[in-house]
This record gives sequence, structure tokens and C-alpha cells, in this order.
Amino acid sequence: MAVDAAIAGRGPAIAAGPGWWELSRRAFRCWLTTYRRLWRSSVWSSFLGPVFYLAAMGYGLGSLVDKNGTASLGGVPYVVYVAPAILAFQAMNTGISNASFPVYSSVHWSRIYLAAQATQLRPADIYRGHVMFITMRVAMNSACFVVVMAAFGTIRSAWAALLLPVAALTGLAFAAPVAAWSVTLDKDYPMNYVFRFGAVPMMLFSGTFFPVSRLPGWLQPIAYATPLWHAVALCRGLSLGTGLSAWSVAAHVGYLAAMAAAGLWAGSVTYRRRLYV
Amino acid sequence: MRARGLTKRFGSFTAVDGIDFDLYQGEAFGFLGPNGAGKSSTMRMIGCVSPPTQGELTIFGADPVRDGAAIRAKLGVVPQDDTLDVELTVRENLLVYGRYFGLPRAVIRERTAQLLDFVQLTDRAGDMVDPLSGGMKRRLTIARSLINDPEILILDEPTTGLDPQARHVVWDRLFRLKQRGVTLILTTHYMDEAEQLCDRLVVMDHATIVAEGAPRELIERYSTPEVLELRFDPALHEQAAEKIKDLSSERTEVLADRILLYVTDGDAALSRVLQAGLEPLTQIVRRSTLEDVFLYLTGRQLVD
Repeated sequence: MAVDAAIAGRGPAIAAGPGWWELSRRAFRCWLTTYRRLWRSSVWSSFLGPVFYLAAMGYGLGSLVDKNGTASLGGVPYVVYVAPAILAFQAMNTGISNASFPVYSSVHWSRIYLAAQATQLRPADIYRGHVMFITMRVAMNSACFVVVMAAFGTIRSAWAALLLPVAALTGLAFAAPVAAWSVTLDKDYPMNYVFRFGAVPMMLFSGTFFPVSRLPGWLQPIAYATPLWHAVALCRGLSLGTGLSAWSVAAHVGYLAAMAAAGLWAGSVTYRRRLYV
Repeated sequence: MRARGLTKRFGSFTAVDGIDFDLYQGEAFGFLGPNGAGKSSTMRMIGCVSPPTQGELTIFGADPVRDGAAIRAKLGVVPQDDTLDVELTVRENLLVYGRYFGLPRAVIRERTAQLLDFVQLTDRAGDMVDPLSGGMKRRLTIARSLINDPEILILDEPTTGLDPQARHVVWDRLFRLKQRGVTLILTTHYMDEAEQLCDRLVVMDHATIVAEGAPRELIERYSTPEVLELRFDPALHEQAAEKIKDLSSERTEVLADRILLYVTDGDAALSRVLQAGLEPLTQIVRRSTLEDVFLYLTGRQLVD
């Protein structure tokens, strides 16, 4: 009927479809369909990862650190000091790795985006749906991690209940801009640089395994400026129940939220440029 | 659907150069042309995944740039390269796609059963997509494109890369869809595909439309009723071509491997050739096809 109307030139514009939230949710749901096949094995590794990290870094390395006294770590055992930081960089790594090769693949290899694009979904919906899924994966991994942290007795505060949303925000803050960038690539190798020159140095120097105050003076401002330092400071503060003031929480959360927001804006542009040509 | 002066440029390259066409409900409309003629770019603009650089395009009375999502809700798209999710089963591919359109699970389940039956894949419903043959994948892509019960089905080179048998199965299914009143838009560089499926078609070359009409109409307009195809010993090919040109006043096309004579009566032309003492290795008298139309219009063959 719409066709007849169009031919007669008296056609009313076509009925408007659902809004961006509904369309993004559809894209998200389709990732769930694929994930349903894999979630059992992925949950296993989500538990094993933190167990290995806490055993090696926390107890193995920690037994040496604790011998020399931990006053500079706030007087807590090393494992208690390092566990929330591992949670934070694991959230970052999950966010980045899920937003790099899987995004690239969706354009070039599996081409899931190209299939989705022929439906009602718009490029920005496809982007948001994927980022929602990545954030959910970060949240799932982080939930496993928090459970393991609790089981190892490394949580010292009831504020730790907020670790999960903070970890999810951390994952989103990295996933949103990385996905926005990955979709623009025509070769896959630049994505390795993100890990080599971004994630790995941050993981080592952002106050994770040792306080930033131990770095040479000129490096300290750089460490404080990295997004991971903000995530680590938040997670550590919540887990230990010390060292956070209202304004520092606002600054940390604000930093990560701004990064996520900037990423989300960039992604809606880059996805459109990539898919809608 | 209506296009006026529709143009697509990528930088300084013009993929589609100001084409006009109209499309009516229930017809099968084809874009025939060689690779690089601008067919796929046109399909992408019709599929609302590529904004026109210039010109006017109206689909269902709406603007594909502003109302793309709403228009796509009523389109089915079979892309040139399959974009099936190989990590999912046949059935799950339809489920995911149906969910993109926001269809309830019960509706998807019911349509999936019907569609898999229609494309003869019912017994593969629970199988992974990856091991399916090219023809099966293409049929599954067609089933998937029908999950939202589209008013228009867009097919970009639906049988490219398939073996002859698989092509015929796909043609048969598309023909049935046409009988059911689904509007088909397809691109092809196979003239037999265009002749079999299209009620009306445009011939595209170098980003423009060079002719438009029903297949038979185009053949009548741009070719002769019969064609005599002669093949000579390659050493004598050119010599024979010269002689034939002297011999007949009809249009002659000298291809790399064959000589085509456009005539009203093929057998009569053949006996004239034989009387002149020429000895072709093979001789075929056939009816004109869209291939001949294309050759006439552009001086080149469709598939090189």
C-alpha cells in the first residue's frame, strides 16, 4: 500500500521506527545469542584468571613484600593492596580486547555488522549494542573476580559492593573509544600497539603493583593522568575503605565517565563513516 | 520507488552517474551490466546503507537518508557476498536476523519453519552454517532476507559463484517469490538470469543506464531475430572475418574467438557463407539474447 501511495505521489512519510535505545538493545541481544554457546567456558576462565593472579602476585610476590613491612602500602598485606588493582586492569584489558579484534572482525572477517546493517539497525545502534555487550562481559568477569577477592579475604570494606559498577565503568571507558577506533582500521596490526604501548605500560606503572610515589618524579604526573590510575585508585579505595574523599571519587568517576562519553560520541561518528558509505 | 539523476561518487570516482528509473509493486526489475558498471553502488543506495551524492531517490514515498531505518524494515537484502554468521546454526541465523527486526520469538519460529521449507533447508536447520555448500548458503541468505516479510527483495548478483545446478535452484525459488507478488530488484551480469527473472530491466555500463525495457523488447529493439555464430581456425580467423564483412550487408561482430552475424534468417546466412567457400569449424544458429543487446550497445561482452 505504501508503494501505491508512493507511486501516486501522495504518499505520507513512512511510519517512524523504534528509538535508539530499542534498536541498540536488539543489536546487544544478538551478541547474547552467539555468546550463549560460549559462556560456560568463558566463566571458567573468568574464575581461573583471578585465582592465578592473586596466587602469583598476591601470595607469591606478596610473601617477599610483606617481609619488609608494608607501611608504604597503607599497612595492609600486599595481596590486599594489589587485588583491587588487578581487578581494575583486568576490566581494562577485557574492555580493550573485546573492543579491538572482535570489532575488526565484525567488519572484515565475520562481517556481522554488514548483516546487521541491512536491517532496521543504524550504524550507531550496531555500535552501542556491541559496546553494551562488551560492558556486560566486563561486568561478568569483574563479578567473578570480586567473588574470588572475597574468597581470598582481600576485601576490607563494605564499600567493596561498589567495585562491580566501577569495574564495569572502567571497561566501558576503554571499550567505547577503542571500538570507535578499531572500526576505522583496514589492517589488523595497529590493534597490537594498543596493548603494547597502551594497556601494558598502564598496567605496570599506574599505581597497580606499587605506589606511584615510587616512580621517578617526572613520571609521576604521567601516571596520575592515565585513566587506569583513576580506576585503580577508585577500586583500591573501595576495597580498603580508606583514602577516598567525596571529591576524589567525583574526579575519578568523572574522568572515566567523560572518557566513556567521548568514546560513545566518537563511535557513533566512526561507525557511520565506516558502514554508511 | 523512483530515482532521478541518482549519483554516487567516491572521491573523484563516479560509481553511478545520474541514473533515472521507476519501479512498481510486484515487478521483477533487473540491473544488467558488467562488473564495475555501478550496479552494486545503486543497490546499496536502494538498500539505504549508502547516501546518494546527488539526485533524488524515493522509496515507499520516503527519503532513504532520513527514514533509512523505517524503509529497511520493509526491505529484504541478499548481498553479493554472504554475510551469514558461521558460528551459528542455520536456525539461529534466522533467529538473530528476526530479532534485529524486533520480531517476537513465536513469529520467528513460525516463519523459520516456512522459510527453511521454502529454500529446502529444513533438514539442515540445526546444522552449523560453515559446512554448507555455496548454493545452500545463498538459499539460506535468501530465507534470512525474507524473515521480516519484506515488500521488496533486493538481490545483488544472486547466483554469482554458484554452479549451474545450484543457480537453477535459486532461480526457481526467486521465480516462486515473484509469483507470490514480492517485488524483486536484482543485479546480474548473466544475461540468462536477467531474461529468466526480470519483467523489466535497465542495462548499465560505465555508471550510466544505456537502455531500458522488457527483455524481449530490448532484444527486438537492439538486435536481429537470429544470430549466426561462426568459429574458425584461429590462423584463418581474421581472413574469414574480412571475407564475411564483404559478403553480407548485415551487422557483423568480430570477437576474439568467434564471428557473429546478426541476421533475420540464420540458416540462409549460413548457406551464403558456405557457398562463398568459407569453412567454419563450428556453426550455430541461435536466437538473439541480452548478451547481443549489450554487445550492440557497448561494443563489449558482459562477461569477459
